[in-house]
Order: sequence, then C-alpha cells, then structure tokens
Amino acid sequence: MATNPMHQFEVYRIGPEIKLGAIDISFTNASLFMVISSLAILLIFNLGSKKNSLLPNKVQLLAELSYSFVSKMISDTAGSKAKPYFAFIFSLFMFVLFCNMFGMIPYTFTVTSHIIVTFMLASFIFIGVTIIGFMKHGFGYLKLFVPSGVPAVLLPLIVVIEIISYLSRPISLSVRLFANMMAGHTMMKVFGGFVISLGIVGGWLPLSFSVALTGLEILVAFLQAYVFAILTCIYLNDAINLHH
Amino acid sequence: MIKKIFFQSIFLSFLFFMEAFAAESGGMPQLNPEFWISQIFWLTITFGILYVVLSKLILPKISSNLETRKSQIVDNIEAAEKQREQSELNIVEYEKIIQDSKNEAKNYFKQSREKVLKDINLKKNALDKELSLEIQKAESEIQELRDKAPEKINKIAVETSTNLLQRLIGAEVNNSSISAIVDDLSRKKMDKYYGN
Repeated sequence: MATNPMHQFEVYRIGPEIKLGAIDISFTNASLFMVISSLAILLIFNLGSKKNSLLPNKVQLLAELSYSFVSKMISDTAGSKAKPYFAFIFSLFMFVLFCNMFGMIPYTFTVTSHIIVTFMLASFIFIGVTIIGFMKHGFGYLKLFVPSGVPAVLLPLIVVIEIISYLSRPISLSVRLFANMMAGHTMMKVFGGFVISLGIVGGWLPLSFSVALTGLEILVAFLQAYVFAILTCIYLNDAINLHH
Repeated sequence: MIKKIFFQSIFLSFLFFMEAFAAESGGMPQLNPEFWISQIFWLTITFGILYVVLSKLILPKISSNLETRKSQIVDNIEAAEKQREQSELNIVEYEKIIQDSKNEAKNYFKQSREKVLKDINLKKNALDKELSLEIQKAESEIQELRDKAPEKINKIAVETSTNLLQRLIGAEVNNSSISAIVDDLSRKKMDKYYGN
C-alpha cells in the first residue's frame, strides 16, 4: 500500500466525526495542513511586522520583500485601481505558496493537490471578478466578449469563443494548479518507489532523479503559486480596466 | 551482470507498481467526494481567517512600516542636505573671516608703513632744513670772505711790492702811488680772478 503513489493524496479523518446536520465537516489531514499553512503565514508575517526598525531583521525583511513583491505584481498587471484587492491577492498567493511548500516536506499532505480546493479558490475568484466587473461597468462589462476591430462576419464566432474562454477560466485556473501539484508529487513517489525496489544496486539512478525532482518541485511550487496569483491579477485587470 | 539485475529490477518494480496501482480501486483520491464538503468548509474557515487577519492587522502594519521607513529615509536625507547647506554657509563665513583678517592685517601694515614713511619724511625735512641753513651760513661766510678778499690782497700786494721795491732799489717808495697802481691792476684783473 505504501508504494501506491496515489496514497499520499488520500484524505482521512483526524479526531471525531463532526456533523452539521447531514453534512460531514470532520477535521481531516487536509484541514490540518490548511490550518498549519495559515498559522505559519500569520506567524511569519506577524513576527515580520511586529517592530519597525530602520534596519530590518531577517523575518521583517522577508515580510517586507513579500509585501513589495506582491504589491509590484498587482500594480504591474492590474494597475493602481486594483489596490483594494491587494490583501486578497496577497493572502491567496501566500496560502497557495505555503500549501505547496508544506507539501514538499515528506509525509505531509498537499492541500493544493486536491481539485476541490483549487476549484473552490478559482470559482470564488471567478465569481468575485465577475461581480466586480458588473459593478464597475454595469452591462458594459459584456463588451469584454466583443473584441474591437473584428470583422462583423467573424463576430458571432469570436463572441462564442470569448464566452467559452471566459467561462473556462475557473476550470483552467484550478486544474493547472491541481494537476501540477498532483503530477509532481506522484512522480516523486514513483521514483521513490523505484529507489526502494531497485535496492542498493540500481537505486542510485532513481535516487538522483528524485533529488533533481525535489529541486524542480520546489520551483514548481513557487511558480504555480505565482501563476495562480498573477492570473487572478489579470482577470481582475479585465474586470477593472475593461480593455476590449 | 549488474546491468541485467538493473533492468530486471526496473521491470519488476514496474510490475509491482502497476499491481499496487490497480489494487487501489477508485484511482485518484481527489475524485472521491467523501470529504469534499469538509475540505470546502475548512478551506473557507482557514482562508477566511487568514484573509481577515492579514488584511485588518498585519498588512496595514507592514505598509505603515514601509511608509515610515521611507519617510524616515527621506527625512534623514533632508536633514543631511540641510546640514550640508549649513556647512557651506559656515565655509563662506569662515572664508569671509579669513578675508577680513587678511584685509585688516594689510591695513595695519599699510598704516604703520605710512606712519614710518611720514616720520622719515619729517626727519628728512628737518635735516634738510638744517642742512640748507648750514649751507646758507657757509655760503654767506664765503661771500663775506670773498668780498673782503680783494682789499686784503691789494693791501698784501702793496706791502709786498713796497718791500720788493725797497730791496730792489733801496729807496722809499710812496705808498700811495703803489697802491694806486695795485688798485688799477686789480680792477683790471678782477674779472679774471673772481669771475664777477
């Protein structure tokens, strides 16, 4: 059972079964790592913002660098009007990043490798962005589906394509993160299994792969969090600044 | 040999892996909806708390920290600029003081030089006056002597010629006639000897 690469994604109950009416909301290992990630973020950023010295210490520098990194990312992609959504995108980026990174520690659970989690985040973003778009531009937001400078003959086709691409945003956003995390972790587990089954003689090759993959996966963990956040910024930019 | 073992073990492990994979019915645990609601619930709670705490407590603090640091740096730069200006003013003042004292020293030097020159001039003038007085005195004496000289010479000439005549001819010669001749001669030669 331990060699099954999909075993690491299994969700199991920790502690007693909690029921809200007929709905099971038990605390699971997924919940545990959500809590751990959130607490880690809060701890680091609380330490990093506690006292303000002119020469920041390491934690403060980390917090401030992350702040200006996300701040710059938002102002670069969505402009200055996206300032009110900074806290949300910052939390989103940090949450996804910490969940991905905690997943890199052996014997942990990767929250973001579950489609339901990423899909919830993505659909929340999708619904939120759509509401912001309609609030800012009214029905003019529908102009997003009608690109300017397109010949009238092609327009019905283009509009349909635009609407489909708009509606598929939450799916692409969530599947991208989920699939990346799942594939990476599965691959690492498979190579880890090879190391065990090939033993002392042949295990070195998959072991070296495993080492290389670990580096790659840490990169992917950061990159996917960044991509998730920056795509959110781009969607927000569409809603705020309506380019078409 | 090793190669053979290696490939065999890869093949075996593959078999093992496939078997294990097949044994776990249902495939991906992600698609098992048993804990979906629970995950959504806990995601909402944790992310919600994270968002609220970050946006209400932590991020404003970081933002204000960054702002205060920025303004502090700007303030420091301004203060440094002010001090630089102040020091430039001080330098100008200092240079002015140096220039002033130089001028003063020059003035002192000039004044004392003038004073000395004046003193010298005064003394020189006094000396000049004295000298000219002496010269005048001497000149007047000379004049006097010169004025008296023809008479004396005539007298001497008369005496000498009387004596000479007496020795030569041994006879008393009338003084008056000799003096007449001497007077006549001296009058004739006066111009030649005295240049008057």
